[in-house]
Amino acid sequence: MALQILLNFFLALVWMFMTVSFTPAGFAIGFLVGLGIIIMMRRFFSYRLYTSRIWAVCALLLLFLKELALSSIQVLRIVIKPKMDIKPAIFELETDLKYDWEITLLSALITLTPGTLVVGISDDQKKLYIHALDFKDIDEAVDSIKNTFERAILEVSRP
Amino acid sequence: MTTIVNILIIVLISTGVLFSLVTAIGLVRLPDVYTRTHAASKSSTLGVLCILMGTTIHFWAVEGIFNTQMVIAIAFLFITAPVGGHLIGRASYVAGIKLADATVRDDLKGVFDQKTDIKK
Repeated sequence: MALQILLNFFLALVWMFMTVSFTPAGFAIGFLVGLGIIIMMRRFFSYRLYTSRIWAVCALLLLFLKELALSSIQVLRIVIKPKMDIKPAIFELETDLKYDWEITLLSALITLTPGTLVVGISDDQKKLYIHALDFKDIDEAVDSIKNTFERAILEVSRP
Repeated sequence: MTTIVNILIIVLISTGVLFSLVTAIGLVRLPDVYTRTHAASKSSTLGVLCILMGTTIHFWAVEGIFNTQMVIAIAFLFITAPVGGHLIGRASYVAGIKLADATVRDDLKGVFDQKTDIKK
């Protein structure tokens, strides 16, 4: 991915030298032309196009903002409810993620989303221990994290 | 146009103040340190985020100054707040602080104890 971006910058520089226009507009046009060339030549790269990965990052960001708003509203409802009838719990989540940065990102996202807080990660980095603010059903809680965040992170890191 | 911008600023800053207030009430009302960390790490993040965004938009649209430090502050807040919450929760669990009585399930029980036994 980084190689493709670097190549695109290089093509934009070549374009600026070819057209003798050393302005931001010239760079932008060169970047677009270079992107077109990279899209045409995409079967020579071993990884997918970098634009799809950037799109996946944007999708993750939007998902995260949505979940952050939902979580704050949930905390608000719990806090201002006259009767405090929450059921906290610590549950275990097996994760399929491998790299350190993926697990860090997943735990940061879990911490900032509805009623969940990471309190521990096992030594082999296969399990996350999550404290839930209002616990109803373990399968439901695990599924909701697996289907949203883990899938979105896998979509970003997929080669 | 200025009316729309002003309404946006007012809505953002009011939401921020509301969520900061929720954080404070949550710190008083919730039963144990873990649930309090929930309130402190989520609502306060969104609260400060909304206030910073409202301030940015105010200075950008009304005063004509675009302050990039605000954007950096929002990004740093998002990186540091969950790490802080995680470390508070983990440190209090390792230190043996008890969960609230209402807690229904504890999968972490024994995980840290086993480790200290091995070290002995």
